[in-house]
Amino acid sequence: MATTAPILELRGITKAFGSVQALDDVDFEVRSGEVMALVGDNGAGKSTLIKCVAGIHPIDDGEIRFDGRAVHIHGPKDAAQLGIEVVYQDLALCDNLDVVQNMFLGREVRSLLFRLKEAPMEERTAETLRSLSVTTIRSIKQPVASLSGGQRQSVAVARAVLWNSRVVILDEPTAALGVAQTKQVLALVKRLAEQGLAVVLISHNLTDIFEVADRITVLRLGRAVGVYERERTTQQEVVGAITFGIPGRESAA
Amino acid sequence: MTSSGEAAAAELRQPETPDSFAAVMRQRYDALKAGDVGSLPVLVFMVAIVVFFTLKVSVFFTAVNFDNLLPQMAQVTVMAIGVVFVLLIGEIDLSIGYLSGLSSVVLAELQLPGSGHDYPWWVAILGALAVGAVIGAVQGSFVAFLGVPSFVVTLAGLLAWQGVIIQELGTQGVITVYDRQINDISNYFFPDWFGWALAGAVTAGFVGITVGRIVARRRAGLRVGNPMVLVFPVLLWSGAAWLAVAVANHDRGVPFAGVLMVALLLFWTYIAQRTTFGRHVYAVGGNAEAARRAGINVPFIRVTVFMISGVMAAVGGIVAASFLESVDLTAGSGTILLDAIAAAVIGGTSLFGGRGFVKAALLGALITQTIQNGIDLVGYSDAVKDIVTASILLAAVTLDTVSRRRLARSGR
Repeated sequence: MATTAPILELRGITKAFGSVQALDDVDFEVRSGEVMALVGDNGAGKSTLIKCVAGIHPIDDGEIRFDGRAVHIHGPKDAAQLGIEVVYQDLALCDNLDVVQNMFLGREVRSLLFRLKEAPMEERTAETLRSLSVTTIRSIKQPVASLSGGQRQSVAVARAVLWNSRVVILDEPTAALGVAQTKQVLALVKRLAEQGLAVVLISHNLTDIFEVADRITVLRLGRAVGVYERERTTQQEVVGAITFGIPGRESAA
Repeated sequence: MTSSGEAAAAELRQPETPDSFAAVMRQRYDALKAGDVGSLPVLVFMVAIVVFFTLKVSVFFTAVNFDNLLPQMAQVTVMAIGVVFVLLIGEIDLSIGYLSGLSSVVLAELQLPGSGHDYPWWVAILGALAVGAVIGAVQGSFVAFLGVPSFVVTLAGLLAWQGVIIQELGTQGVITVYDRQINDISNYFFPDWFGWALAGAVTAGFVGITVGRIVARRRAGLRVGNPMVLVFPVLLWSGAAWLAVAVANHDRGVPFAGVLMVALLLFWTYIAQRTTFGRHVYAVGGNAEAARRAGINVPFIRVTVFMISGVMAAVGGIVAASFLESVDLTAGSGTILLDAIAAAVIGGTSLFGGRGFVKAALLGALITQTIQNGIDLVGYSDAVKDIVTASILLAAVTLDTVSRRRLARSGR
């Protein structure tokens, strides 16, 4: 596991929607090469925190540091510029387009007169899927509509890593999947971290989290309860933190 | 990566283009079973129509009738191209009938001798096209920026443009088109040598594009696939071109309207299939939210598509004015709107957005217009024409709906 400085670091993030305090002085960090799980009950602030990082919500107060520098994220484009990619629960794929077309959607390789250059796009798609060991997709020229849930998730993740991204945030990637497909996606999550990416995994499923996460950040009612190292904690302890906000042994950052 | 990664790579590329012809056929059959019917029903139906009318009336299957049919169907075909784009983004444009009528009124007014606005033919044509583009942009803006359902916006357009036509022509009722160039659009036939040269150019173009793609894929290290599969479309389309020219040359020659039709089909196919704009049109029709998040300017795509629809309606209006050599109060009325939409849908464009090809406009127009041509020759009434066209439209939409459901089911 990586022991370097965090690539993405949030300090004292505060965000309110009217009178609702969604995030209150939250600290969060993730290092390159690790899987950081983000857990918490409904309304704990997981999605809000992610949307702040993704540039969808501006933060009220606090600091975002990326690669050691303080950065300002004002929109999704700023986040993408830094190398932060979010895979949302609904995946945002076009069913009628094929795998290659989805991977390059909005960022097509083109030559003169807006002419599409299909060959390099196909090549890089095959290359990216290969590097992630996504082997179940029979043809990258088949429409996404014909893929299974796990395969679709793989395509969405592959699209996120295609652009030299450094932090990949996955929002409930296994929520709608069966047992075999969940396994497939979790293996993919591990592989992302092995390749040196920082992975943030949002999930309700503690079994999944304990299978792949290196560390676990628990949010409760808009506050960070604590950060737990997987190897030195138990599911019971994390459940306690989620439901009652009992701070456990905090790992040394 | 490890050897498992390499194995994965091989697996990834290998089934993409299976080499044996049988494997390709099996793939097509599987797609068919899954509900992806493609152009098959259209082709089968076309053969049935031709056989039926050939048995029914002797003048149907002749070179003369073929040379009549092309200018007859040109208006519907070019308008249906616009409809294909609108359907691809999951919208509808009901205004194109009277919009084409309005464009032809503008065309006729701008060439009218002794009226004080007697401009050269090309100014009249540009004026008509501009009217289509501007009105398309305005209607599209209501849909794209204000979120008004396109059904309502263009229904309002349908009524409004009909009103404008009546207002404009009310006193005289009809404007005769005197301009030679404009009338030639639907009434000029090329000399034989020109037809053969065209067929040669089409063949050379198809061969050139196919070879170019093979070279590009080779260079990128991608699989090229079965030569039979690559050669088949080239043979099919250039064969069709040579056959069409041969038949046309047997009569008066290749009509200008037919060349215009094919040129527009090729141009818009290029836009839809080979440009970023076309890709984004499909994306907006497939999942507008995903397109937006991918950074695509969705309102821009929507407005532009309605402009395309408006311009193609205007082209249809110009062709119609040229065909009749006049414009009267009935311009853009009657079944032209439904004929254009029916052509796009019958040709295989989905009403639900995201699925379809520009060539659907030609295939659908071929079916509906061949039937109408045949019915005229046999001597049935217009009422029969309407009933038959309506039945085919309903059948096509039903097929689309059912195949869509099957696709969803096989999509797991």
